[in-house]
Amino acid sequence: MKKGFLQKLYLGILLIFFYAPILILVIYSFNESKIMGQWTGFTFKWYAELLRDDNVIQALYVTVGCAVIAALVSTVVGTAAAIGIHNMRPGPRNILVNITYLPLVNPDIVTGVSLMLLFIFLNMRLGFFTMLLAHITFNIPYVIFSVMPRLQQMNPHLYEAALDLGATPLQAIRRVVIPEIMPGVVSGLIMAFTMSLDDFVISRFTSVEAQNLAMLIYSRTRTGVDPTINALSAIMFVSVITLLLIANRKSLTADSKDHH
Amino acid sequence: MNKKIALVLVLVLVLPALLGLTACGSKKPVLHVYNWEDYIDPAVIDMFEEEYGVTVKYSAFTTNEDMFALLQSGATSYDVIFPSDYIIERMIAEDLIAEIDYSLLPNFEHIAPEFASGVGYDPEAKYSVPYMWGTVGILYNTTMVSEPITSWEVLWDPQYDDNILMLDSIRDSLGITLKYLGYSLNSRDAAELEEAKLALIDQKEYVLSYVVDQGKDKMVRGEAAMAVVWSGDAAYAMAQNPDLDYVIPEEGSNIWVDAMVIPANSENQELAHAFIDFMCRPDIAQMNAEYIGYSSPNATAVANMDSAISGDERFYPSPEVIANCEYFHDLGDDLDMYNEMWSEIKSGATGN
Amino acid sequence: MKRKFLASPYIVWMMIFIVVPMLMIVYYAFTQDGSFSVENMVRAFGELPMTALWRSLYMAFISTVICIILGYPAAMCLCSKNLKRKSLILVLYMVPMWMNFLLRTYAWAVILERTGIINTFLASVGLPPQKLLYTDGAVILGMVYNFLPFMIMPIHSSLSKIDPMLIEAAEDLGANRARVFTRVTLPLSFPGIVSGITMVFMPAASTFAISQLMGNNTQQLFGEMVEQQFRTLYNYNYGSALSLVLLALMLLSMAIMRKFDKNGEGAALL
Repeated sequence: MKKGFLQKLYLGILLIFFYAPILILVIYSFNESKIMGQWTGFTFKWYAELLRDDNVIQALYVTVGCAVIAALVSTVVGTAAAIGIHNMRPGPRNILVNITYLPLVNPDIVTGVSLMLLFIFLNMRLGFFTMLLAHITFNIPYVIFSVMPRLQQMNPHLYEAALDLGATPLQAIRRVVIPEIMPGVVSGLIMAFTMSLDDFVISRFTSVEAQNLAMLIYSRTRTGVDPTINALSAIMFVSVITLLLIANRKSLTADSKDHH
Repeated sequence: MNKKIALVLVLVLVLPALLGLTACGSKKPVLHVYNWEDYIDPAVIDMFEEEYGVTVKYSAFTTNEDMFALLQSGATSYDVIFPSDYIIERMIAEDLIAEIDYSLLPNFEHIAPEFASGVGYDPEAKYSVPYMWGTVGILYNTTMVSEPITSWEVLWDPQYDDNILMLDSIRDSLGITLKYLGYSLNSRDAAELEEAKLALIDQKEYVLSYVVDQGKDKMVRGEAAMAVVWSGDAAYAMAQNPDLDYVIPEEGSNIWVDAMVIPANSENQELAHAFIDFMCRPDIAQMNAEYIGYSSPNATAVANMDSAISGDERFYPSPEVIANCEYFHDLGDDLDMYNEMWSEIKSGATGN
Repeated sequence: MKRKFLASPYIVWMMIFIVVPMLMIVYYAFTQDGSFSVENMVRAFGELPMTALWRSLYMAFISTVICIILGYPAAMCLCSKNLKRKSLILVLYMVPMWMNFLLRTYAWAVILERTGIINTFLASVGLPPQKLLYTDGAVILGMVYNFLPFMIMPIHSSLSKIDPMLIEAAEDLGANRARVFTRVTLPLSFPGIVSGITMVFMPAASTFAISQLMGNNTQQLFGEMVEQQFRTLYNYNYGSALSLVLLALMLLSMAIMRKFDKNGEGAALL
């Protein structure tokens, strides 16, 4: 059991490393002073302020709206693309897979800059819509690469069997293929949502009119972070953690049986 | 990854987004305002929306250059923008802004004559209406600095090794160095600039960090003995920490104005004028000045203020001090030279 | 309906939003005022950008090495059969990514400042204050903090794919633990390490926000130079030339990655 203890200790230390700054942010959301790092007293006022700060609320809508739409669109397009690519001959497949890698491994700044050049060339106003297009673009590869392994694990004859049994191709995909690859689709969706939620660099280059939280925070880390932002992060953090714990409580019992 | 977790999370996060979208459905006229972050009293926007029955969409920029790059790309449509002097000069040169129609600005009469009659960046006052003004100086912590500061020279004093915060801004850092060396902060003379560059490279070993606006918060917390800051930030920091003081060095400094302009491609010029006029109303100008802590060019508003504020020579300096300060001018193509210098300054070895 | 046509919407999308923008960078990099010119490319390989590039690569290299050293054991622990509630712990590692990275980095700055939490603690036990922030070490800490999950995840996913029978077989054949690790586990998790490296190294080499918050900013990183050209100086041509340098580096690392990940098609990534 000593070995298990050391493992838990190490994972625990890393979790402290990951969560220490978050804890600091949450603590300072209750700070009387506007300046982080200077504790002057306990207050809830930043939470009240948050409701009145239009910039923050608007940025929250932009962020979540963009992340949700981008994640959904890229999941649909990406899943279809993965099925399509999976059924191609090796030649075209390799070319497509390689190009799909580009946005994943490309430095964000290059992706952002290249899209900015494109939007300016197309004379599009840099705003929510261009930001959304950019997010969908960098999300699709995450979906494709989380769906593809599932397709590879799938029995290739399942689809044909469904057709033989009289299903139309669309039915076969919906009833047979999709359920098989669902775990990959879901993790692709979550991945896409996460990437989109936290994106700063690409959004910075592709949007001006619409500001997401990351952009707002960037300008505020330069002008001094307002504790309302801390309050917002604290709320987001607590709700995410609570949801996860609730959802996980049910799956915990199933967890021991889970041998993926 | 659990399917249910994903569904619950997505649902919870989608709901507020949908609420937000429905809330945006109203059909009032919309005024797009592009200003610095936290550079207006939010109550003022609410008042304007109420009085004119319009919706104000307020976006913020962090640097003049950011704002300009995007305006120049043509991919935006704002109605009122709040840029600084030298960038206004450039916007005028590139035909990006519309002329102001003063018949629509009855409240313009409250602007102090020295600002109203046009200054260097807009000599005939045809394109811009001053909003706030200020200087650049040294914010210092009196518990960490013993002697009174009078000169930029203190920024090169080894005594304050690792105790100096500099502005991470090309024009400002080179500008004050040129001033320290006795040159114009708009110098285009290669030899003068070379001297300033070397001075800044020498200085690096004493600099704790190059910062942008977060310097004011660091000064409040006592991270460093002194920082080069804009006067408004100094006023803010001094209100938070009584140990801090601000000085405009005797060699002179930069004086700047942030003004309101209407972009040439604004689709709502009339409402834009109404907004600018509203900003010039003395009570509104006073609200903004008190909220932001910068100096107002609105003479009536200043006269109505507490004399402890309007009489403070650090923020409303005497005409002699102002005469010793310079506006930045647009450098045109020579900006490239500044930029190259900046890269050279930042490519040398660290002093630490 | 042939299944491969399901990829067509994506192919169109990809052409417009991945291929064309890349070509635009190339176009801008090799033109000046609308006509062909190599001036910007020559400048991009000049002394100043190269100094910044080497510095960026050096910082990114150190960060990547630290991420492997910290991340590999973490991924192994996460795969350990001694660990219960695995999915919960895995999720706990992902949750921080749902909070804005700039804000988390900013919080680190507050922890490390001279008047920050660590130094306040040191002072209270009578130790002299340390300069923690405003150093290269702080920038590297910021990078490791932000990119470590991207190292742990792919390694974890490649480790969890290893058939436990293989390891048992090796043990049955008399291999000791160290030998099982070096001969079986490590080689099989190699694709995970390689994709971890690509996920960490290039972002670290091109970042500009982390160094602005954590470092002393007296030296530019390459990412800052690129950002400056587009957002401060509007020199899209020179900026594109600099981006092209990053792009070339990226393609190089991709080629290396492909070499190690022949069959994976990115499977190791997630």
